[in-house]
Amino acid sequence: MPKSKRTPEEFSIDPAAQEMLIRAAEIGVGTAFSRAEEMTPCNIGAAGMCCKICGMGPCRLTKEGQTGVCGATIDTIQARNLSRAIAAGAAAHSDHGRDMAFTLKAVANGEAEGYQIRDVAKLHAVAARYEIPLEGRTTEEIANELADLYIAQFGQQRGEILITKNAPARRLALWQDLKVVPRGVDREVVEALHRTHIGDDQDPEHILRHAMRTALADGWGGSMIATDISDILFGTPAPLVGRTNLGVLKEDMVNVVVHGHEPTLSEMIVAASLDPEIQEYARAAGAQGINLSGICCTANEILMRQGIPAAGNFLHQELAILTGAVEAMVVDVQCIMQALVALAENFHTKIITTSPKVRITGATHMEFDEHRAYSIAKEILRAAIDNYKNRGKTQIPNVQERLVPGFSHEYIRYMLGGTYRASFRPLNDAIMSGRIRGVAAIVGCNNPRSQQDYLHIHVARELLKQDVLLVETGCGAIASAKQGLMLGQAGLDQVGPGLREICETIGIPPVLHMGSCVDNTRILTVLTEMVAEGGLGDDIDDVPAVGIAPEWMSEKALSIAAYCAASGAYVIFGGSSPVSGMPDRVADSELVLKYLSEGWEELFGGKLEFVSDPDEMVRRALEHIDKKRAALGLPAYQAEKFGRSGDTQMLELEKLPFTEKRAALYGAVE
Amino acid sequence: MSRYIATRAIRGASALVAEAEWMLDRALTEKGGETKVEFPNTAYHLPLILGMTGQEVSRLDQLGPVLNHARQLLHPLPSADTWTPYLGETLDSGMATLLAAEAIEAIRFVYGDQPESMPGFHLAGGTAFTSPDNGSGANGKDGHLNGPIDDIQLRSWGIQLVDGRMPGFAAIVGAAKSNEVAVKLVRELQRRNILTFLSGNVNGRSIIHQLIEEGVELGYDTYTVPFGTDTISAIYALGFATRSALTFGGLKAGRARDILLYNRERVFAFVLALGEVDDLKYAAAAGAINFGFPVIADTVIPQILPTGVTQYEHVVSMPFNEIEGADDLERAERLVQKCIEVRGVKVRVADVPVPVPYGSAFEGEVVRRADMRIEFGGKNSRAFEYLQMADLDEIVDGRIDVVGPGIETVEAQGTMDLGIVIQVAGREMQKDFEPVLERQIHYFINGASGVQHIGQRDITWIRLSNAAAEKGFGLEHFGKILHARFHADFGAIVDKVQITLYTDKTEIESWLARARESYDFRNKRLADLTDNAVEEFYSCTLCQSFAPDHVCIVSPERLGLCGAYNWLDCKASFSINPTGPNQPIWLGKQLDLAKGYWEGTNEYAKVGSHGVVSEVAMYSIMENPMTACGCFECIVMLIPEANGVMVVNREDIGMTPAGMTFSTLAGIAGGGLQTPGVMGVGKFYLVSPKFISADGGFKRVVWMSSILKETMAEELQAVAEREGDPDLIGRIADGKSAATVEDLMAWLEEHNHPALLLPPIF
Repeated sequence: MPKSKRTPEEFSIDPAAQEMLIRAAEIGVGTAFSRAEEMTPCNIGAAGMCCKICGMGPCRLTKEGQTGVCGATIDTIQARNLSRAIAAGAAAHSDHGRDMAFTLKAVANGEAEGYQIRDVAKLHAVAARYEIPLEGRTTEEIANELADLYIAQFGQQRGEILITKNAPARRLALWQDLKVVPRGVDREVVEALHRTHIGDDQDPEHILRHAMRTALADGWGGSMIATDISDILFGTPAPLVGRTNLGVLKEDMVNVVVHGHEPTLSEMIVAASLDPEIQEYARAAGAQGINLSGICCTANEILMRQGIPAAGNFLHQELAILTGAVEAMVVDVQCIMQALVALAENFHTKIITTSPKVRITGATHMEFDEHRAYSIAKEILRAAIDNYKNRGKTQIPNVQERLVPGFSHEYIRYMLGGTYRASFRPLNDAIMSGRIRGVAAIVGCNNPRSQQDYLHIHVARELLKQDVLLVETGCGAIASAKQGLMLGQAGLDQVGPGLREICETIGIPPVLHMGSCVDNTRILTVLTEMVAEGGLGDDIDDVPAVGIAPEWMSEKALSIAAYCAASGAYVIFGGSSPVSGMPDRVADSELVLKYLSEGWEELFGGKLEFVSDPDEMVRRALEHIDKKRAALGLPAYQAEKFGRSGDTQMLELEKLPFTEKRAALYGAVE
Repeated sequence: MSRYIATRAIRGASALVAEAEWMLDRALTEKGGETKVEFPNTAYHLPLILGMTGQEVSRLDQLGPVLNHARQLLHPLPSADTWTPYLGETLDSGMATLLAAEAIEAIRFVYGDQPESMPGFHLAGGTAFTSPDNGSGANGKDGHLNGPIDDIQLRSWGIQLVDGRMPGFAAIVGAAKSNEVAVKLVRELQRRNILTFLSGNVNGRSIIHQLIEEGVELGYDTYTVPFGTDTISAIYALGFATRSALTFGGLKAGRARDILLYNRERVFAFVLALGEVDDLKYAAAAGAINFGFPVIADTVIPQILPTGVTQYEHVVSMPFNEIEGADDLERAERLVQKCIEVRGVKVRVADVPVPVPYGSAFEGEVVRRADMRIEFGGKNSRAFEYLQMADLDEIVDGRIDVVGPGIETVEAQGTMDLGIVIQVAGREMQKDFEPVLERQIHYFINGASGVQHIGQRDITWIRLSNAAAEKGFGLEHFGKILHARFHADFGAIVDKVQITLYTDKTEIESWLARARESYDFRNKRLADLTDNAVEEFYSCTLCQSFAPDHVCIVSPERLGLCGAYNWLDCKASFSINPTGPNQPIWLGKQLDLAKGYWEGTNEYAKVGSHGVVSEVAMYSIMENPMTACGCFECIVMLIPEANGVMVVNREDIGMTPAGMTFSTLAGIAGGGLQTPGVMGVGKFYLVSPKFISADGGFKRVVWMSSILKETMAEELQAVAEREGDPDLIGRIADGKSAATVEDLMAWLEEHNHPALLLPPIF
C-alpha cells in the first residue's frame, strides 16, 4: 500500500495547528502527526491478539483455533490486555487522587507552603456526605479527618470504598449484587495485575468483571477524590471568561506553559506568577511580564478555576514549542510526550519535569514538594525568565478563541435556580419536555491517527443540531473551545430550537466545560443528581445520555469508559478498538468486543462500543437517547415544537422607529 | 430568563437595593436606629424578610443586615458579547429586589407613607373584624389603599388557597389597555374565585385608578385588593405568599427554599403585567419566579417557555392586540384564561348555572312519559355522548354550541336525535382518561332536577320534564352542567371543556361514526387497563388520621375501600399533588401473580404501615389481606361452613349470617390490622375479575346484602356472565332469604351454589 502523506489540513482542523505543522516541515522536525504517519500500528497488537505477559511468548494468535503457549485463548488474551490497560488507567487517575489527598492532609496540618482551603463550603458538603462531624470544629480539623478518610480508601482491604455511596441507590445495589463494589482502590488495581499474570484468571468474563471493579475504584474512587479535593483546595469552578489556542502565547512576555494533569503545582505557579518580585524579575529580563498558559488537563484545571488560557490540547504540546516563544514547558504527570525534549533542543525551550514520578531523559528536573510549593514555583518561573534572553525567531499563530468554562456540578445546580431554588429540575424538565433531546458527554484525548479535533467537532456539531446538550472534559473540551462552541453565542446559532431555548434561558453555551479528564466524575455526579431529582428514571442507565470519546488514545480513557459503562452509560469510542480481533481472518476473535457491548449492557445497563465513523457515532448516540426517552415514556423528540422563547422578537422590535416601536411593544396602550 | 430580561432585572434590582440603602440611611439619621418598624396587624414581622432570612425585624437598624444580604445577591449585568450564565444570578437579583422592596415599604410605614393615600377612596369590607378600633376601611383608614394583608384575612383566605377552594391569586401590576378591559379582567378573576392583588402603574396610571373610576368596589370583600400604585407595593403579594407557607405549611422562618417550594407546589399564583414592563417590574418578576409564580405580560416581552423553576412556562408574552377575540372584552377573557393555564390554576366552578335545581339529591329522579317534554334516545330516536381529548389551544373553555334545531321545534312528548360531544383539554389530561370522564356524564346530567339520564355511549337515553322545560331548560344547559361539573370534579386533569350539542342529522351521523370508532378502540384498550398492564399502583393515605397504620393500595382492578378513589383518581391526584396522599408504588418484581404479591407493594406495606404489616396480598382475603381504616363501603367476611364469603354493605342495618351487623363487624375489619377472613372493600371491587381471585373469586360469594344486590344488579349480572354462570346472582342468598348460617346453608344447597363445589377455602 503506497504511503499517503497527509497535508497539514488533513492532520488537523485547527488552523493554529496547521500553521505550526507547516513550520515543523520547514524546520525539518517531526511531530506526533508525522510519526503517526511513519509508524504503522501493529495489527496483531491492535486486535488485542498478542500476549506478552510471560517469557514463553510473546504469542501472536493469528490463526483459527490457535492458542498461546500456555493454552490461553484469544478472548482470554484480549480480556487480560484490556484489563491491564484499565488497571493502568485507574492507577494513573487514582494516584493523582492520592496525591491530592496527601496535599489536603499537609494543608490541614499547616505544612504545605502557599496553600489554603479556598472552598470551605465544599469541604463541609463533602465531609457531611461521610458523616464527618462539623459542629464546633475548625476547618483544619475537618480537612484533616476528610484527608485521612480519603487516604484510607486507597489502602482499604475489605468492605466497600465509601465514595460509592454517592451513586444512586439502585446502582449501588446492582454493584453489590454483581460483587463489583471496590474494596480499596489499590487492592483492585493490584488484583487486576495479579489476575492477569500468567496462569491466573482465564475466564474472559470473569477477568472483565474484575476490570469493572477496578474501573469503579477509579470513577467512584480515586478520580472522585481528586475532583473533590481540587475543589476544596483551589475552589469549586464557576463560569468565567477564558481564552484558548496557541494565539494566547505572547511575543513580548515570558511564556510558561504548564502541561500534564495535576493542579497542585500549576495553581502555585499561577500564584507565583502574580508575585511582584517575580513580575519585577521578568521585567528586568526585558519582558512585559509572565504569560502563563496550559496544555492538556493541567490547562483545564487552571482554566476552570482561574481563567488561565489554554494553549491547546494533547496534540498541541509539540506545536506550542514550535512557536519558539515558550521559555519553559513545566510538566507534571500523564500524557507528556518524550518527544518534547528532543523537539525543544531545536529551540530555547526548557522542558522542566517536576513530579517525583516523572523524569524524562534530557529534561531539567525541578522536583515539586508541596511543603515548599510556593518557593519551588518561584524557582521554576525564575528559570523560565532566565531563559527569555535565549529566545530565537518566533512564530505564534494569530489564532485564539474565547470560551466560558467553569461548569462544576455545584454551579450547574445553582445556575438552574439561583441561591434559593438551586436544583436540577429545570434540566430534567427540559429533557422530559424534549427541548433537550438528551445529554452527551464528549470527552477524551486527541489521537494523531485521525484528523485532530475533527471527530470531536463533527460529532459535537451534529449532536447540537439535534438538541443534545453536551458536557465535555479533557482534550475534547479544548477542541470544542477552540471552535467557539463554548460561548453563549453558540447556544443561539449552532443548536436546534429546543436547546436554543434552554441556552438562552440560562445563558449557557451549548457545550459545558466540566473540567479535566479526572473530572469526568462531575458528570457522574450530575447524572446521579438528575436521577435523584426525578422524572428520568431510578438509575443512571435510565437517563437519555451517552458518553463519547471520539479521539481516545490513553489507558485512562479505557478506565473511564469502563467505569461509565459500569455506571450504566452507553459509551462510544472512536478510532480503533484495542480488542478488535480479526473477524475476517479468525472466527470468534471478536467475542470480547461483543461482550463489552452486549454482555456489559445485560449486566450493567451500560456498554462500550467502538465506532470509527463519526456519522455512525451520531446515529447510535441519537438512537440510544431516543430509546431511553421511549422507555421513560417521554414524548418523542420533535424539534419543531419548540423555539418560541427568547429575545429575538424583542430585539427586532427595538430597532423600529419610536412611534412604531411604541405601538408594537405596548400594544395594550391606546 | 433571557439576556434581555436578565439585563433589565439585574439593573432594576441594583437600583432598588441602592434606593433602599439610601432610604434606610436617611431614616436612620432622621428617625434613629431604634425606631420601631412593622406592618400592621401581623405576627410575622416583615413577612418576606422573616421567611427568607429568618430575621425578625422590628427596629430600623435591623434592616441593615437584610440589605447587606440583598446586596450580596446582586450580580453584574451580563456582558454583551461573551456572557456567562445569568439565570441563577437573575433569580438572586430578583430575591434582592423583594428584600429591598419590603424594606422600603417598612421604612415608608415609619414615615406614614403606607398604606398609600388615595383621597376619596373607601375600601370594601372587613372593617370591624380586622381593625376593631377604627371606623371604616379594612385598614381603618379612609382615603388610603389597603397596604399589606393582615393576619386575620390571611387565615380566612389562606386556608382556602391551600385546600383549593380559592384556586389561586393574581398579582396584577400596571394598567390595562382601557378601563373597560380593567373591569373585565377583574370580573373574570372574581368569577373564578381568584384573589386579585393590584399594584403598579404605567406612566403614572394604575389599574387601581381605572377600577376606581369605573366604580368597582375594591377590598377584602370583593377579593380584589389594591396594594398601591407603584411596583414596590407588589411585595405585599409575596409577603402574603410567604405567610401562607409559614401558617399553613407549618414551615419555620428562614427555611427559604422550603417556603418557596411550598408556594410553587401549592399556591397557584401568577403575575399579570399590564402595559410596559420596566426594569423594576422585570426585577420584581424575577423575584416572583423564585416562588414559582410565572409572569404573563400583555405586551411584547421575551418569552421564557422552558419549565422548572416554575411549574409551567416562566414568562409568557401575550400582546393584547394580538389576542384573538371579537373585541377587547373577549381578549381580556382570553388573557385570564391564559394566565390560568400557565400557572396550572385549577378552577372549580361550584355553581351549576341551570334554571332548575341541581344537586346529587336529584340523581335518582324519574321522568315519566306523562310528565315528559321531550326525550333523546330510547326507542324512537338516537342519542349518544362522546368525550374526546383536545389540545389546549384547540378549544375554548366554556364554549357551548348547539348545532341544529332546538327543542322548541319538537312537539310535546316528542323525540329528537342528540349527540353530546365534549372536548376536554388539560396539561395532565391523557387519552386514557377519556372513558373515565365520559362515564361521569350520567351522574352529572342526572343531577339536574327534571332530567333523567340512562345508559351511556350510543345507548344514551335522556328525558326532560315539562317542569324543567317550562323553567327554560334547553339543550345548552346540558353543556353548562358538564362544563361546571368537569371543572369541579376533575379539575386535577381538566383545564378546558368545550361542549357541542348536535341535533343536526348529518352532523350526528358523522360524529356518531367517529364516536363508535373510538368506543371500539377504548373497549380494546380499557381491557388493557388491568393490574398486569400497569407498572405502578397507588397508595392512599387520605384516612391515616383515623387509622395511622392503615394503607390502601389502589390498583386498576381494585379501587380504594372507600369506593371514592380508583386507580385513575389516584393517578390524577398524584399529578396535581405529587407530595400528597396518593403516591405511585412501583411494582418492581412480581412475586406471586395469583395472590398478588409484588416487591413494590410489600415494601410499601411495610413502610406505610410503619412496620405493622410486612406483606400484603392484593387478591386474597385469606392470606395477608389488605387492611382497612373504617370507611369501607362493604365488609367481606368468611363463612367457613359455606366454603365462601358474605358481603355486607354500609347501608344494610340488618343481621348477617355471621351473627353480627355491619357496625359490629366494622370493629373487626377496621383499625389497620390484618385479620385473615375479614376485609373492608369498595363495592366495585366485588365486580372486578381480581376480586379475591386467589381464593376462587366471585363464585365464593354466598351471601350479600339485599340492597347491594338490587343497586348493583346490572354490574353483578355482568360478573355472573363473566364467571360462566348467568344464574349465579340468583344462587347467592341475601338478607331476605337467609339471616343465619343454617338458613344460608339450606339456601345454598337448594340453589346449587357453586361455592359448595369449590376446593376448601382454607
